[in-house]
Amino acid sequence: MNIFNIIGPIMIGPSSSHTAGACRIGAVVNKIVDNDTLTEVKIQLSGSFARTYKGHGTDRAILAGIMGYKSWSEEIRNAMDIANERGLKYEFIAEDIPGAHPNTARISFTCASGKTGVVEGASIGGGNIRIDNIDGMEVSFSGENNTLFVLHQDKPGVIANVTNLMYWRYGDLNISGFHLSRKEPGGDALMTLELDDLPPEQLITDLKKMDNIDNALLIHAI
Amino acid sequence: MLTYNSVKELVDLAVQNKCRISDICIKDQAKKMGKSEDELFEQMEKCFDTMCESAEWGEQEGRRSTSGLTGDEGYLMKKYAEKDGGLMGKPMSRAVSRALAVSNCNAAMGKIVATPTAGSCGILPGCLITAYKERQMPKKDIVMSIFTAAAFGMIIAQKASIAGAQGGCQAECGSASGMAAAALVELMGGTPQMCADALAIAIVNQEGLVCDPVAGLVEIPCIKRNASGVVIAFSSADMALAGIEAKIPADECIDAMREVGDAMSRDLKETATGGLAATPTGKKYRTQVFGE
Repeated sequence: MNIFNIIGPIMIGPSSSHTAGACRIGAVVNKIVDNDTLTEVKIQLSGSFARTYKGHGTDRAILAGIMGYKSWSEEIRNAMDIANERGLKYEFIAEDIPGAHPNTARISFTCASGKTGVVEGASIGGGNIRIDNIDGMEVSFSGENNTLFVLHQDKPGVIANVTNLMYWRYGDLNISGFHLSRKEPGGDALMTLELDDLPPEQLITDLKKMDNIDNALLIHAI
Repeated sequence: MLTYNSVKELVDLAVQNKCRISDICIKDQAKKMGKSEDELFEQMEKCFDTMCESAEWGEQEGRRSTSGLTGDEGYLMKKYAEKDGGLMGKPMSRAVSRALAVSNCNAAMGKIVATPTAGSCGILPGCLITAYKERQMPKKDIVMSIFTAAAFGMIIAQKASIAGAQGGCQAECGSASGMAAAALVELMGGTPQMCADALAIAIVNQEGLVCDPVAGLVEIPCIKRNASGVVIAFSSADMALAGIEAKIPADECIDAMREVGDAMSRDLKETATGGLAATPTGKKYRTQVFGE
C-alpha cells in the first residue's frame, strides 16, 4: 500500500468497485484485442453488478474500458454514444454466474478479423480487480502488472524451460506473481506470469517456438 | 529508518526530527515507492487540483445523480452560503457546500479523487479547498497537509479498515474526517501531537456510524454524511488547536473502530439491507430506480 491508495484513485464516480473496477475489467479486453477492431461485445453482469448496474453506471464503465478509456476518463458518461458512433454492437445481460464473486462481469467479444474471446473478472474493492477466466481457462491476475500467459501441455520441464529462457536471454525480467491451471493431467495448461517490467515482443515469438507450448500472450498493465 | 506502524510512532518520529508529519510521510513514501519527493509532491498536487475541479463541477446547477435520486445539494448550499454565510458563517458553510458538491460530482459520474473512498470523497476537499480559498493558505502547504492526511489514513487502513463493507461508514467518513482534521491542524501550525488528537477526536465522534445506503447507491445518506464529516473535522481540529487533548489515544480509537466494525451486523455494512435502506421510503426509492 502507498499514499495514493489512500488519496486516490482519481476516478469517475460513483463507486470504486461498481464503476472504476468495472471499467478496469473492460480494459483487460481492450488489451487482449490489441490492434484488432472490436465489432461486438456481450456483457454478462452477475451478483451485485446485475442488480445495481444502472445506478452505478457499471454498464457504461465496462463498455468504456473495453473501448480503451481509463477509469478516470470523462468519456465513461457517454460510453454508449461513443460505441454507437464506432459501430460497436453491445448487449448487457443481467444474469448470475453461479459461484462467482458478487461483482463479476463476463465479457464475450468478436473482432473484425473474426477473432473471438471471453474474459471473466471480479471487482474486488477500491477499484482493484481480479481476472478469473480467459477463454475457459482459469486464471488469476490483477492487471496491475504486465502479465504473460503461456498456453502449454502439462508436461514436466515446461515451466523450467519458460523461466530459464526468460532468465538466460532476458536477465532483467523479474516475475512478481505466478499461477498455473490445467484442465486435466497431461492436457492443456495455462501459466500466468506477472512481471515487474515489460518484456520485449521477441520473448513472445521465442516462447511460441518452444516444445509443448501452444500459444503465448502478453497483456500490458491496465 | 522512517517506517512507522502506529500513530504514536509517527508522532514520535516527527517530534524527534523536529518536522511536520507530512515531511516524515513524503520521505518515507519516496523511499518505498522509488520516486523523488518532488515527483510525489507533483502527483499529490494533481490530486488537489482534481479536488478543486470536482467541487467546481459539482456546484453547478442541475448536477443530478445517475439514479435521479439526488442532485443540486452543493448548488443550493453554495447559493445559501454566499448570501450571508447562514448560521455557521461563510467559511464553514462553504466547506459544507464544497463537500456536498464533490459528492454530487461523484454521484453524477463526474471525476473525483477517492479520499480515502468515493463514498467519502467530499470531506478532505471540503476542508482543504476552504482553507485554500477562504483562509488564503499557500497551495504548497495545502498539498503537503494531504501527506499528513494520507499517513494517518494508511495507519487506519492497516490497523482497521477504510471500507464501508468491512467497517461501516465510520471506516469511510470517520477515517476521512480524522484525516482531514489532522491536515487542518498541521495547516494551522499545530504540533504533531495535536494532529493525532484531532484525528482521535474526529474518529470518536463518528464511532459506530453504519453504512446503510439506500438502494446500495453512494447517495442517501452518503452525500449529507460528507457534509457532517466536514463539520466534525473542523470542530475536532479546533478543539485540538485549543489544547484539548484526546482522552483516548488515536491508536486505541482506531482499534476501537475496528472492534465496533467487526461487531456490526452485516445488514449495516454496505449491503443495503438494514438501517435507512430498509425503511419504507428507502425501499420505495430502490423500487423507483431498479424496479421490483
